[in-house]
Amino acid sequence: MPSTIVVNDIRKFYGDVRAVDGVSFEVEEGEFFGILGPNGAGKTTSLEIIEGLREPDSGEVTVLGESPWPRNPRLLPRMGVQLQASSFFERLTVREQIRTFASLYGVPNRQADGMLEVVGLEDKAETRTEKLSGGQAQRLSIACALVHGPDLVFLDEPTSGLDPQARRNLWDVLRDINAKGRTVVLTTHYMDEAERLCDRVAIMDLGKILQLGPPATLVRELDAPTRISVERGAVTVDDARRLFDAAEVAEDEVSLTIATRNPAAVLATLAERNALHGLSVRGATLEDLFLNLTGREYRA
Amino acid sequence: MISSGFTSLSRAMALGFVRDRTAVFFTVLFPLMFLVLFGGIFKDQSAPKVEVAQIGSVALLDQIPADGRAELDKVLQVDKTDDRAAALENVRKGDVDAAVEQDGQRIVLHYSATDQVKAGTVRGLFNSLVESGNLAAAGVTKPAFTLDTQQVEDESLKTIQYITPGLLGWAIATGATFGAALTLVTWRQKKILRRLRLSPVRTTSLVGARVGVSVGIALAQMAIFIGVAAIPYFGLRLSDSWWMAIPLVIAGTLAFLSIGLFAGAFAKTAEAASAIANLVVLPMAFLSGAFFPLEGAPGWLQAISKVFPLRHLVDSMQDVMVRGEGPGSALPTIGLLLAFTVVVGGIAAALFRWDDA
Repeated sequence: MPSTIVVNDIRKFYGDVRAVDGVSFEVEEGEFFGILGPNGAGKTTSLEIIEGLREPDSGEVTVLGESPWPRNPRLLPRMGVQLQASSFFERLTVREQIRTFASLYGVPNRQADGMLEVVGLEDKAETRTEKLSGGQAQRLSIACALVHGPDLVFLDEPTSGLDPQARRNLWDVLRDINAKGRTVVLTTHYMDEAERLCDRVAIMDLGKILQLGPPATLVRELDAPTRISVERGAVTVDDARRLFDAAEVAEDEVSLTIATRNPAAVLATLAERNALHGLSVRGATLEDLFLNLTGREYRA
Repeated sequence: MISSGFTSLSRAMALGFVRDRTAVFFTVLFPLMFLVLFGGIFKDQSAPKVEVAQIGSVALLDQIPADGRAELDKVLQVDKTDDRAAALENVRKGDVDAAVEQDGQRIVLHYSATDQVKAGTVRGLFNSLVESGNLAAAGVTKPAFTLDTQQVEDESLKTIQYITPGLLGWAIATGATFGAALTLVTWRQKKILRRLRLSPVRTTSLVGARVGVSVGIALAQMAIFIGVAAIPYFGLRLSDSWWMAIPLVIAGTLAFLSIGLFAGAFAKTAEAASAIANLVVLPMAFLSGAFFPLEGAPGWLQAISKVFPLRHLVDSMQDVMVRGEGPGSALPTIGLLLAFTVVVGGIAAALFRWDDA
């Protein structure tokens, strides 16, 4: 059984700009795959090449055993695509919108209405799409991508611009989609999103994949120190430096942070001194990984 | 499945249009306003009466017998006054067309040349009055020659007959051109085209839906225009082969759609698309004969007007709808409009882009 998506050394240059510069990866059936990187990393261009919207300058792509370029009518019904901008027909209601998309795939209205329930928009069915909030629009956009029950779903930055609550709601929807056995490919510039959702992530920057693997493995391999923060004044900087000579100690207006590779010992010592006010413990994240890989602070 | 794509896209476009109040206003109500306006203003375009101020007593006018007087009143309104200065001032200001006074045996007519038609009428009228006065004075009661005038049924078109096909043509041109240009650009801008490209819908369904909706809108415009113009107040009277205007309207819609697609292929934003479409539609409308007859226009202007499909559409619609020409007269125009569609539509198809980038 070949992989659902096989990408082999694709390149796409726009003049001097190497938008995608030798990207290869495979996505297995049922996997939740993330492409992570800052704006301009080449995520969207890579995704567009895989979806069949653009032709790569070189390299091959196979999706569900077929070539997506040129426009492949055998492949299209098996793919669901959510684009970055929510692309809706103007002045239609939520229900009319999803029914229109459904009918393009020969899906009956009943099934379309059912999809609104899945994304929790049944009470907005008669609302014009122009009046939806950002989160509701994204959910509708995802519903439109899923309405025909595709095997493979592409989501391009589905949560960008949403408030934290709306993002969390959407994450639940996305997890459900994947739990139903669909292969999901998602681009995001949120590190936490990739960590929470994806089975594997490809970290992209400047058109190349820097690293690829399960988020937890990538972070673990980074072997970065754990950051332990307590309220400022719980222990003085001098004391902390004396107590934990292998650690890095820093203080700002609100907290004292100890970066250590031996968190258990540090926590035990702080507990003994009853200095755990406002404690927070943070392991390495994909952000640290990105910093480590590029030498640059991660900026979405 | 293909047909359902066509149906649902047509439905989406039609709903999008009907719910867009601005679009409905500019494609239906705005041209209809012109129809009502022109149709109302020029409804009774019979020659208005000549108004003459009579200063003091003028025997020539005062001695006309009652039956002659009634005849004269149809064309001449005489206001008597004794204030000579005021009467002349009124002529100068154009409030009356002329002032007349008698100075012994001399009849003096004061008129202004501002309105040359009226000036000519008033001079001719008084000439004949003076002449018949002279004949009567010379004792000629039975003149050798008499002139009997009789109005012939007017061969030139009544205003409503003329403007209905013209304004309808303009309305259709606006609707189809802007409809196509704006759909193309906003759908591209909002990535709907891209989304459709990723669905199994065929390009032919997409184009077919746009054509179908535009033709539907054009036929609705036609029904509304003819319906309004035909009410007795405006009094449009269609000639026998008016139905030939239906294929003309369809062919015209296709031609304007191709112009719209051409504009939409260039433009990146809806504003730019409107501007380009206006750049074509406005001159085309003014040079179409939709607002005023072009028969008197110089040759070069006529030549330019014939480059645009609207001129041909309006001419041909007037022929079959009100001038009483046979159905065959529209065929060359239909052929021309379709040829125009193929050429311009072909260029638009070559320039077509699914995406901005």
